[in-house]
Amino acid sequence: MTVLTSRRPRKNLLLSFLAIVLSVIVFLVPFAFVLLTAIKDQQQASLLDFSWPHQFRLVQNFIDVVEARDYMLIIAFINSTILTVASVTLMVVFGAMVAFVLQRRRSKWNALVNALVLAGLIIPPAVVPTIWVLQKLGLFRTMPGLILVEVAFGLSFVILLFRAFIGTIPRELDEAAVIDGAGPMRLFFRVILPLLRPVIITSVVVQSVFVFNDFTNPLYFLPGDQNATVQLTLYNFASTYNTQYNLLFMNILLITIPPLVMFLFFNRQIVAGMTAGAIKG
Amino acid sequence: MATTTVTRPAETLVSSAGRVRAKSPYPHWFYLPAAVIYGVLFIVPTIIAFYFSLTRWSIFDSKFIGLGNYRTFFQEPALVTSLWHTLIYAVVTSGLKVVLGLLLAMLLTSQILARGYLRSVVFFPVLVSTIGVGLTFTVLMNPEKGLINQSLSLIGIQGPGWLTDPSYALLSVALVDVWKGVGLATLIYIAGIVSIPQEYFEAARVDGAGAWENFRHIVLPLARPATVTVITLSLIGGLRSFDLIWAMTRGGPGFTSDVIASVIYKQYQAGFYGLSTAGNVVLFLVVTAIVLPLSRFLNRKEVEL
Repeated sequence: MTVLTSRRPRKNLLLSFLAIVLSVIVFLVPFAFVLLTAIKDQQQASLLDFSWPHQFRLVQNFIDVVEARDYMLIIAFINSTILTVASVTLMVVFGAMVAFVLQRRRSKWNALVNALVLAGLIIPPAVVPTIWVLQKLGLFRTMPGLILVEVAFGLSFVILLFRAFIGTIPRELDEAAVIDGAGPMRLFFRVILPLLRPVIITSVVVQSVFVFNDFTNPLYFLPGDQNATVQLTLYNFASTYNTQYNLLFMNILLITIPPLVMFLFFNRQIVAGMTAGAIKG
Repeated sequence: MATTTVTRPAETLVSSAGRVRAKSPYPHWFYLPAAVIYGVLFIVPTIIAFYFSLTRWSIFDSKFIGLGNYRTFFQEPALVTSLWHTLIYAVVTSGLKVVLGLLLAMLLTSQILARGYLRSVVFFPVLVSTIGVGLTFTVLMNPEKGLINQSLSLIGIQGPGWLTDPSYALLSVALVDVWKGVGLATLIYIAGIVSIPQEYFEAARVDGAGAWENFRHIVLPLARPATVTVITLSLIGGLRSFDLIWAMTRGGPGFTSDVIASVIYKQYQAGFYGLSTAGNVVLFLVVTAIVLPLSRFLNRKEVEL
């Protein structure tokens, strides 16, 4: 019996208690502060203190934020959704194609492709020259331009994730498909891609959160209120509503919901993607 | 050996099916869509940046002026300090992420209650909007009314003007960066610690090793790949960091929290495209000069172990 108990040590209660209290202070209080301020009236919110709201103005603040600047937040949510869906789709399909050939075929290109993938992870993008290229292509200040930019910057991470996963799929499968007369397109899209489901989910979720939260690229490549993505509306609110903290925090709250939903449903995939990609990178 | 004998039949089958030359089931043109986008929007700008950084460049035209932009960059005190701020910011954030990440990972893999809750709560900030976090902490760090200084005054400490005092602004932003990013470091360390075979700990227990010996002689060396990843990732992130700094201080007060990335944006806004691009090239050189040798060094050590 003593051996058994010593093999399975008891939970450390004191340490647990300390950790929980600290986690509440350090991590939960800021979120609670956002939530509380978001439902206060303007006067109380401007005190910036951590207190219980005198009035619950959850619905009213929500309506005010949504209606502000001609429903800019709605437009921004639509823009962000288009941006996220389109860029993540392209990134995943094109990245998976690269990873497939890169993992399967030995050729003189491999070294170059690997180097470029790493370069994409390390090198900070050259901002103004990218704008110059986009202008030459007629894509500056356009949604397609920004989508392609996000694809270009996100490809490397996706390729790393997929390459590692494709390595675990037996080659015999490819050969069977080829013997059955499948061409490269059929082989990849009908045979291989369905098997990549776990890594597809992981990379879609992780990259969606990245693109949705991206502030810098929309700031540079898609300026203008009409085109604002959600992160930029936040910024506009911060300057416009210098004193209307309740609305600012309501806005923060609203754009925190999509990542929160992702986190609640795909916690495991996010963790897998972050650590796998990270350890390879 | 086994793989070559297995792959052969398939390829000969394809070639005997009537084609002049056996086509690989893994065609190179699969690279094409990605290569075009990546080449045009990432590689080309990176390369032409070197040329444009040598020009006086406005909306209308660009004129070659040699190293003028670099001279400006390294002579203007406000711009040179941004270089140092970038290095300080990157070193402070990645150092703290390594130390705190490892400690948190040790804690979250030990026998404590509410492990799932703790892991979630530490990790969640990673997924939240950086701008949202920045604006929230700007309010929390308000020198008079902010929650942080209010709480500190309750226990008799007068908190500094976190973001308004020139000597604290950069470090305050770095702390918020750590708050937001330490969850990822923790996650990577947890993955590293969990992958250590239990036999090591059992053998250590037989030898009578305590918690400290476990940490020093098992976890620390065997979690080394995780350390390499955390350092590399957070250095890359820290050196390029822009949005958090922009949300919290815009490089101020004065230029005391300006980093290269914020200088690039400011010069771009001011219409000095050549100077902005020179900043970009400097950032490129700083990142590669630090990250490439470092990751080579760290990875080599790992192989020798």
